Amino acid sequence: MFTFQDVVYKDILKLNKLTINKRQITCLVGESGTGKSTLLKLMNNMISSTSGTIFYNETPVEELDPVEIRRDISMLSQSPVLFGETVKDNLEAGLIFADKPLADEEKLIETMNYFYLHKNLEENAETLSGGEQQRLALSRMILLDSSVFLLDEPTSALDEDLEHKVMERFIDHARKHEKTVVFVTHSKTIAKAFADNIVDITPFSIKGSVKRER
Amino acid sequence: MNDNIIDLTLWQLLSAYVFIILLLIIVKLRKIPRNKEILISTLRMTFQLLIVGYILMYLFDNPHPLLTTAVVLIMVTFAIWNIYKRVRMDLNKKMKKIIAISMAAGTLSSLIYFNFVVIQFSPWYEPRYFIPIAGMIIGNSMTGITLGVQTLMENMKDQRSRVEAALMLGATPKEATRKMVNQAFDSAILPTINSMVGTGIVFLPGMMTGQILAGVNPVTAIEYQIAILLGVAGAVALTVILFVQNGYKVFFNERKQLEGGE
Ligand SMILES: Nc1ncnc2c1ncn2[C@@H]1O[C@H](COP(=O)(O)OP(=O)(O)OP(=O)(O)O)[C@@H](O)[C@H]1O
Ligand SMILES: [Mg+2]
Repeated sequence: MFTFQDVVYKDILKLNKLTINKRQITCLVGESGTGKSTLLKLMNNMISSTSGTIFYNETPVEELDPVEIRRDISMLSQSPVLFGETVKDNLEAGLIFADKPLADEEKLIETMNYFYLHKNLEENAETLSGGEQQRLALSRMILLDSSVFLLDEPTSALDEDLEHKVMERFIDHARKHEKTVVFVTHSKTIAKAFADNIVDITPFSIKGSVKRER
Repeated sequence: MNDNIIDLTLWQLLSAYVFIILLLIIVKLRKIPRNKEILISTLRMTFQLLIVGYILMYLFDNPHPLLTTAVVLIMVTFAIWNIYKRVRMDLNKKMKKIIAISMAAGTLSSLIYFNFVVIQFSPWYEPRYFIPIAGMIIGNSMTGITLGVQTLMENMKDQRSRVEAALMLGATPKEATRKMVNQAFDSAILPTINSMVGTGIVFLPGMMTGQILAGVNPVTAIEYQIAILLGVAGAVALTVILFVQNGYKVFFNERKQLEGGE
């Protein structure tokens, strides 16, 4: 689904060859500052590579409409961001940005609860804790129902136990709906538990990838 | 119209500078290091106004369409240059261009409408009307757009990660910056709106005060003032709208990616 060919981004990232398969769960690991976020941003054209080509379904991303790509390949930013005042505003923001039809309140609540978040829709989102905001952002993201989800450390603010439970839910959903997922994590257990494919990024190159059977 | 005007004598005028001396003494006593600024501002104000007075006198005595046009163009140019200086941030070429175009298009079209449809004086280039009206419209638009540029740039800097996160979810640059753009518009036109509310009760606007002092009947002065306030509000809104509608685009490249910050 994604193929990287001799991709270089400034002096930050260099990938000779990397393939990411459709309907697979790929996990990016590596030390801080090695370019994991950069790699995700290259995939939905938030940034353009300095040289080389990234193919998305055989087409170079640079030839696709940038906004259309991002509606098909949604990305969750590394630090959770709030849009609007209430929990409801925040859940709907993604759909509004992506110009997709709004979901009814029942669906919003259901999605939030799915990630163990039980809040009132009218509640002020700013009072939510860091971990709650992350789950709110994850709910906003999954509502979009895009074909690819790029998650940049989606559960970094959660305790180990909840982190596992939330990721489990997300991955379950993704498999059921045949989504492609690429996520970044610093947790070895999470990577091992959920990924079909682990890509280890070391400074300026990709070391090796561990394939495993599902 | 001004038989009863009191021409200030030199001594009367000089005695007004007592206010500044008083200010200097207070500042000195309170040990606020602002002596130099106060002196320089006072001197600049005096000389600028004296020069302007002589230039206006010359223009009023020699009305000519080219002269009036040239003066207005110089005023717009000076205002644009002043905006660049007053915004406390680096402006790139694209941003400067958008500011200049918005300022020129917004003020000149408002001015033309105001002079030819609202006031309708003749000849159309009569400097006695044209130049003060242009001054008010250009001056207020300049203040408005400066606030707008400042707010937009600050917002884009502070909320960069929010704009980025919105793009990641498939927002167009316009949608991703909607809130910041609206805030910039708000902060730019708010002073103008507020000044309309306070007018007449809290303060008498400068133009009206001047006219009344010069012996014009207060009702006539008020009619002019109302027209001017409306014209100024319209010009500020138009200039600022033109700016914000285009200004946000500077922060994105042709691949709709956030520019800069690297
Ligand atoms: N736009 C940019 N211009 C220049 N350098 C950048 C830019 N964005 C990121 N970097 C640098 O590139 C390197 C990789 O950044 P990136 O955010 O991709 O790392 P990361 O692997 O996601 O790290 P972390 O695990 O801490 O999130 C860092 O050293 C960062 O300072
Ligand atoms: Mg990162």
